[in-house]
Amino acid sequence: MLASLIIVFREVLEAGLIVGIVLAATKGVAGRGRWVALGILGGIIGSCIVAAFADGISSLFADTGQELFNAGVLLVAVVMLAWHNAWMAQHGRELARDMRAVGQAVSSGEKSLAALAIVIGVAVLREGSEVVLFLTGILASEEGGIATVAAGGLGGMALGALVSVLLYAGLLQIPTRYLFQTTTWLLTLLAAGMAATAVNFLAQAGILMAGGQILWDTSGVLRDNSLVGQALHIMVGYTDRPTEAQLIAYVAVVAGILLLTRWAARGNPPSNGPRMVNAAE
Amino acid sequence: MPRFLPCRASALSACALALSAALFLPSSPARADDPVTIVIKEHKFEPAEVKVPANKRVTLLVDNQDATSEEFESGELKVEKIVGGRKQIKVMIGPLAPGRYPFFGEFHEATAQGAVIAE
Repeated sequence: MLASLIIVFREVLEAGLIVGIVLAATKGVAGRGRWVALGILGGIIGSCIVAAFADGISSLFADTGQELFNAGVLLVAVVMLAWHNAWMAQHGRELARDMRAVGQAVSSGEKSLAALAIVIGVAVLREGSEVVLFLTGILASEEGGIATVAAGGLGGMALGALVSVLLYAGLLQIPTRYLFQTTTWLLTLLAAGMAATAVNFLAQAGILMAGGQILWDTSGVLRDNSLVGQALHIMVGYTDRPTEAQLIAYVAVVAGILLLTRWAARGNPPSNGPRMVNAAE
Repeated sequence: MPRFLPCRASALSACALALSAALFLPSSPARADDPVTIVIKEHKFEPAEVKVPANKRVTLLVDNQDATSEEFESGELKVEKIVGGRKQIKVMIGPLAPGRYPFFGEFHEATAQGAVIAE
């Protein structure tokens, strides 16, 4: 029973951390709870659908359907994160002004909330479908499997929610003037890490044949599958054995998002790039 | 996708190969290499250790003969793929430096343990 709880928790951890970051990044925006809940709910429903058709998806595109699906949804999340950061660079100042004017909640950030809800939905979808397959396997094979499934499923989800809350509470310790700077960077690195993971799926599928050489190995210091390693893997894209292709994807996405936000902040005077929400204090 | 590839002069042919693989993926000759087969039975790998050539892309064929799903996973090999009950999957690994690379079945980690030996 404990084993199943740990497996569910490890799968839920990714979504939990992303929810925590998104909640911190949208502090003070009206309706964010609704959008986050929508993302989670959509992701859970999607998980069940994906799990139900898992074999069908897997056999698509000469048996590379699973990898293409994973890479595809990760790249959707990367695009949404890039778009959100660009939107914040463009509208961060108005957002901050509105926050001050109406006290706390503002509605002008709703558009970028939709993008972040998709990011959450995608994270839940990817890991959630694995949870569903794992738990249905237990239901089918064990006597009294229902108790294990209930304990593993609900307990794992509760732990995931706890991670969200802890990360959110931790990020809120950052003074407001630095908070959005921090979350902007976290979302950028989250996107870069997702791109590196997507590239790995393409390599695993045999679609990307070049750049598979491992560049360095820090598994002696911090392993990917340790709890800290996994948390860093999700949040900033840490991996103990990056390949050439992964590094290129990572750097390209960081550079791409930085250029995009620079460009979006242009014509939004005065310069409010990195310190866009100073006025929120 | 091409800008993600490290297109140095010496690697141009590799890039061309990767591009053609991306464009004509079902019929790509690069995927036609003989795969190394690993069977899953009663949540164990058979054989538990397989040998593959080092410094080369290799395809593993994982044949799940159990009725339940398994997730074939290895941080060392950088693979993660669901194998449905009574289904088979292929994953491409490498190029690997000589050494031992453990893998496991995440849904039955207590028994499903194995390793790839690259030499």
